[in-house]
Amino acid sequence: MLTAGEIEASLIERHGSEVHSKLKNASAAIAGLGGLGSNIAVSLVRAGVGKLLLVDFDKVDISNLNRQQYFIEQLGQYKTDALTETLRKINPYTELETVTVRVTEDNAAKLFREYPIVCEAFDRAENKAMLVNTLLEQTDSIIVSGSGMAGYGRSNEIETKRIMNRLYICGDRVTDSAAVNGLMAPRVMMCAAHQANKVIELIIKGEQNGR
Amino acid sequence: MIKVNSETITGFEGITVAELLKQRGYKTLYVAVEMNDAILPKAQYENTVLKDGDTLEVVSFVGGG
Repeated sequence: MLTAGEIEASLIERHGSEVHSKLKNASAAIAGLGGLGSNIAVSLVRAGVGKLLLVDFDKVDISNLNRQQYFIEQLGQYKTDALTETLRKINPYTELETVTVRVTEDNAAKLFREYPIVCEAFDRAENKAMLVNTLLEQTDSIIVSGSGMAGYGRSNEIETKRIMNRLYICGDRVTDSAAVNGLMAPRVMMCAAHQANKVIELIIKGEQNGR
Repeated sequence: MIKVNSETITGFEGITVAELLKQRGYKTLYVAVEMNDAILPKAQYENTVLKDGDTLEVVSFVGGG
C-alpha cells in the first residue's frame, strides 16, 4: 500500500505543487454514477481532487458494462459502493461521500448545495432538466452537465459550451439515446472527459470561488 | 425584438414564455430557461409575458449518460 505522502509526491511531480494544492483542496459532486458519472469520478480522483460526493440510487447491472466503470464481480452492488471500491484502488486517500438515493426536486438542493461544482450525469432528459432547474433556482453551485453523447463517430461534435451564467453543457447537445438506439463507451467517455476537464479548469482557475 | 439563443425574433412580444416554448416546439419537461441572465423558474413560464428587449437562453436536454 502506498502512503498518502507517496501519492501526493507523485501528483506534485506531475502537476506542480500550486495546481496540486488547488485540486487537493477542492471538492465536486457527481449526480448519477452511470456512463458519465463513473467516468468523471475516475478522472477527478486520478487528477487528485480532494473530495467527491457521489450520488446514485441504482445497482450495477449487466447492461452497464458496455460503458460504465464497473466490473462483472460488482453486478448487483449499489453503484455508490462499487465505484467507491474502484476509486480506492486509484487513490485510497481521496475523501468520498456517498449517498444512495434517488435525486428529486425535493432533495436536490439539500444534497448538493455545499458543493461549488456539481456534475449532472443522469441518463434521462427529464432528470437532467429537473436537476439543472432545481440547482440553478435553489443553490449557487456551478453545474457541468452532459447532453448529447449517444451513438458513435462524430467525435469532434462533442464540445463544452457555457450556456448560462452557472451552466456548462458538454456533448453535442442533440443526439438523443432514444433516437439513435444506444450509448457506446467512446462517446460517453469523451463527454465524461469533457465534464471532468471543465471541473478541473474551474478549480484551477478559481472560478468556483466567485460564485 | 426578442432574442432566443442569440437569434432575433419578432412578433412574440405580449405572449408568455410557455406559449413561446410551445410554438417553437420545446417540451417544458426537458428544458431550462434563462431570461435576461437569470434562471426562470418553471413555475413562472405560464405567467411571464415577453416584452421588447428580452433575451432568452433555452436549453433542451437529450437523453443518455
